[in-house]
Amino acid sequence: MQFRESQAIYLQIADYVCEKILLKEWKPEERIPSVRELAVQLEVNPNTVMRTFEFLQQQDIIYNQRGIGYFVSASAPQQAVLYRKAEFTEKDLPQVFRNMYLLGMSPEELKPWFEKYKQQHFA
Amino acid sequence: MVNIQQLHFGYRKKKVFTGLSLHLQPGHIYGLLGKNGTGKSTLLRNIAGLLFPDQGTIDVMGFEPGKRQPAFLQEVFMVPEEFYLPNIPLQQLVTSLSPFYPRFNQQQFDRYISEFEIPVDNKLESMSYGQKKKVMISFGLACNTSVLLMDEPTNGLDIMSKSQFRKVMAGAIDENKCVIISTHQVKDLENLIDRITIIDEGAILFDQTIEAISSKLSFRISFDHEEVKRALYSESSLRGSAIIANNTDGEESKIDLELLYKAIVTNRQSIQSAFHS
Repeated sequence: MQFRESQAIYLQIADYVCEKILLKEWKPEERIPSVRELAVQLEVNPNTVMRTFEFLQQQDIIYNQRGIGYFVSASAPQQAVLYRKAEFTEKDLPQVFRNMYLLGMSPEELKPWFEKYKQQHFA
Repeated sequence: MVNIQQLHFGYRKKKVFTGLSLHLQPGHIYGLLGKNGTGKSTLLRNIAGLLFPDQGTIDVMGFEPGKRQPAFLQEVFMVPEEFYLPNIPLQQLVTSLSPFYPRFNQQQFDRYISEFEIPVDNKLESMSYGQKKKVMISFGLACNTSVLLMDEPTNGLDIMSKSQFRKVMAGAIDENKCVIISTHQVKDLENLIDRITIIDEGAILFDQTIEAISSKLSFRISFDHEEVKRALYSESSLRGSAIIANNTDGEESKIDLELLYKAIVTNRQSIQSAFHS
């Protein structure tokens, strides 16, 4: 995983977990890697992953079963979409809109590009 | 776990510490930063009982390091920046040293050695500096001491080994261990350390957790002249100015340790004011 410039690491790890869930690699009621496993894999301090897990628990995306580990919650796919959508509209979209404005592009103009992208990557 | 009160220490004429106080807790990886010659290694050696305070006290888990009691020594391991290893096979080194550390774990050691891809059959003198360093790191971690001191551990490690080092460290820390890493290579360890301690002019200049830093300070690139002027610290770069500002919107940004270090060393008041408001 490549860490981006701007966002706190624990939030970037939260994005990573959400992506696994949205891509259905991690399914509801399945156990996810432990704090330590994820820390080793991502080469970060386990306390940072702990913070991510606490954050994701608050968002109802994962839950903790004492002594067993962390699991994807039943509502995780919806919750992950909610969380990521809010992040996307607040953080990523303004940058896109700025460029669209500068280049005089309309949302309609984007549609074929979007279709092509989906075809190439997720067909 | 480690309590240092009003430590004074000097080498003959040169004063290194003039009233340094520091409290370290288990469960953390401390990053000890500071300019060359500010006494990072000297501090580690004082904690390990290799040097003795002129004044002030050091308490490590209830022991006074300078007394070098066996019960203390088996709880502390130091990986120095430079060291000598005798010319014997690897396993012989382990057989001779491990009895001093009751929680030494041979399987753990073997796993680290294989993760670091160190040739087990070689004698130590035929190994490169980086390989010897990895032997020391592996041994130190496998001793499972409560306190682990590392002086510039990533010096001499190649790119792959640095990544393995981070993995190994991430897997080795637990709530009972206190790890202190002195380093100039902040980029190597940026995501690994969760508390930053900076020494300068004989005392602790700055000591904060990553969590506190990212809640109080905001690290970003700015193109806005006014914002750059108001920033606590700024540095122009190709992509606009890299700035440190007060975190006013609660948004947590990624900490740029190098920038933070420069800011604290050149303009400590402004950074410290952010933590006292």
